[in-house]
Amino acid sequence: MIELIAQNPILAALVALVGLSILFGALLGFAAEKFKVVGDPIVEQIDELLPQTQCGQCGFPGCRPYAESIAAGDVINKCPPGGQSTINAIANLLDVPAPELDAEHGVESEVKTVAYIREDECIGCTKCIQACPVDAILGAAKLMHTVITDECTGCDLCVEPCPVDCIDMLPVAETIADWKWTIPAKPGQMIATDRRGAVASADHNEDAA
Amino acid sequence: MSRTWVTPGGVHPPENKHQSLTQPIGQLPIPAKLVIPLSQHIGAPATPCVEIGQQVLKGQVIAQATGMVSIPMHAPSSGTISAIEHRPIAHASGMLAPCIEITTDGADTWIEHQGISDYEHIAPRKLIEIVGNAGISGMGGAGFPAAVKLNPGRQRPIHTLIINATECEPYITADDSAIRERADEIVQGIKILSAILDHPHNIMIGIEDNKPEAIAALAPHVEGSGISVVVFPTKYPSGGEKQLIYILTGKELPVGKLPADEGMVCINIGTTYAIKRAVIDGEPLISRVTTVTGDAVGTPRNYDTLIGTPVSHLLEHNQFNEQAGGRVVMGGPMMGFTLPSADVPVVKTTNCILAPSYAEIPDDEPAQPCIRCGMCAEACPVSLLPQQLFWYAQAEEHDRLEAHNLFDCIECGACSYVCPSNIPLVQYYRAAKGDIRQARDEKVKSDHARERFEFHKERIEQAEREKEAKRAARREATQQAKADHAAAAANGSAAPATSSASPSSSTADIIAAAQARAAAKQASPEDQRAKLERTIASAEQRLQMAEEKLAEAVNSDSGKQDKLSAAVENTRQKLEQSKSKLAELAE
Repeated sequence: MIELIAQNPILAALVALVGLSILFGALLGFAAEKFKVVGDPIVEQIDELLPQTQCGQCGFPGCRPYAESIAAGDVINKCPPGGQSTINAIANLLDVPAPELDAEHGVESEVKTVAYIREDECIGCTKCIQACPVDAILGAAKLMHTVITDECTGCDLCVEPCPVDCIDMLPVAETIADWKWTIPAKPGQMIATDRRGAVASADHNEDAA
Repeated sequence: MSRTWVTPGGVHPPENKHQSLTQPIGQLPIPAKLVIPLSQHIGAPATPCVEIGQQVLKGQVIAQATGMVSIPMHAPSSGTISAIEHRPIAHASGMLAPCIEITTDGADTWIEHQGISDYEHIAPRKLIEIVGNAGISGMGGAGFPAAVKLNPGRQRPIHTLIINATECEPYITADDSAIRERADEIVQGIKILSAILDHPHNIMIGIEDNKPEAIAALAPHVEGSGISVVVFPTKYPSGGEKQLIYILTGKELPVGKLPADEGMVCINIGTTYAIKRAVIDGEPLISRVTTVTGDAVGTPRNYDTLIGTPVSHLLEHNQFNEQAGGRVVMGGPMMGFTLPSADVPVVKTTNCILAPSYAEIPDDEPAQPCIRCGMCAEACPVSLLPQQLFWYAQAEEHDRLEAHNLFDCIECGACSYVCPSNIPLVQYYRAAKGDIRQARDEKVKSDHARERFEFHKERIEQAEREKEAKRAARREATQQAKADHAAAAANGSAAPATSSASPSSSTADIIAAAQARAAAKQASPEDQRAKLERTIASAEQRLQMAEEKLAEAVNSDSGKQDKLSAAVENTRQKLEQSKSKLAELAE
């Protein structure tokens, strides 16, 4: 047998290659079982990019269900709190074109807000506590409630259930600690005629003339 | 003289230091009001420990340190606390921050204080405590609490102590003039530092060669003390901590490492003076040398300024010509920022108030497009690629910015200085850094929110599960009770056949139970006979009595006759029934 293989190089090559493929096939098969990924990793990645306000404006009960839905092929522009930057990030991740935010689900807000309970008006019905997706409201039945501002995601789910309308969504005030410099105007835009608006108005003036 | 190394890049802007060195350090009259911001340092703001209306003495603690990385604040002069509220402070944003206002009484009465002359025999830990309690933060610029820097809670022993007397930024001469006039006290401060750090074998004062008088002033005091004065060529920026360490030791600090990780400590020379005052004289940090300069002030010079002095007070006493200059800058022309108003107070890190004339520092010219000349890259002291960072900052490509080490930028402004297109590059980097930090904070917050949401969901589900389990348990219990009842009834009967009946099916059970009860009634015929006989006997008696009553009623002819005859009939019937039952039983 050995001699036969030694005599026939083609046979020898065949035996070697078949042997190697069986070996590596077994190795890959073992690895596939051993390092099997449970669940869908893309859901995790999409969930990471979503803003976690848990507001349900997308029509799903929280960010993760929406992430699961996106992974299953849903459109990516249903998240107003995340806004365009979140849409861009998800589009980048999934390698699809980034659409505009779907206005049907709400508009992107410039300022961050947190819920505030006017405490002397609160009747202690606990309805807002049940509505809060992140347990950021503190209180008990027939006792005043209050919002833990640091935990509030600004989803405004607590505003609707309040029977006495004592919850306001207040903008978060900027402090020295989180103040930041702004990007200066683009170089070259300092020349008045370079500005698109200026050109448009010049055209308009010509039209009028 | 020891060897020095040369940092990459750097620029040579006009120094303009001589203007403010013509006169010695001056004293100002005590301002009517002092405003002490609670956050003049890196770390947590101090917590006020005085009340409005309270009398305070010079050097009295008015705010306590909050936590480890924080410093206390002291009253810079005696007077009354007149406000604890938000005030404008020296910050580029122009926003308000919590401050304590003292209305001074002019007496400038010191609180009782005592220094230690014999510091050599005091434990370093105790000395560090004194430095911490004196409210000393780094006076070079960043304002890092000095006590934290000196804390021995580190792995490596300190082998090199570097004293930063570089003062590389144009116009500023606060350190230069302090060395000229207070060299002995400064060297004493260095010796205290040396004692705290367990006598590092290498103590260097790094100073640029544009301060020959200061170098000469130091020379007699350091002689024979083991402290070396290292002079190196003037270049901006050499005074950054990492730059100075490289110039003096040739070692580059890795990203994210502190000098202490490499066995080095770098302290500003102004801080050593404050440490001397704190330890030997027992005085907290309540004043500092501040340069007031620029063509718009009458006499450019240095002042020993109380912390909390309004900038306007400094300018007023220096014939500030508001027409000549439009703005007041805190810090130097390279890294300083224009003050939103001159009412802000001088803080522990304020080394210079610059009031330039229009001719001196003209308003920013409009920026032109980047021509990719690469001069910024040549000027960068950290060897970054400023033009790349500029493009990425414009495009807000945060990951690219981080890949190009944006966070190593020391914001020295050398790139903006050389830029032929006048692009305010540093502002782009600051903005980009702010955006990235904000994005990081938001990420942390959203992760936290996710965690809480998951927990919330889990909690609701668990509550639901528990409720369901309770409901199931209750249903089970009801059925069990029914079955048990039936079984108990069955077991209670004498008939062995019924006791073996299955307890599960309910209708059959009920029937079986009824039968069992019926059977139980039929049980023990002797008892029943006895009972019946008793019933018959008593019925016969009652019948007899009823008949007697009836006879009476008939005789007296009362209205009860009908009723009584019915009762007699009833009793007779019952007697008949019992008798027949007895007869049945007898059969």
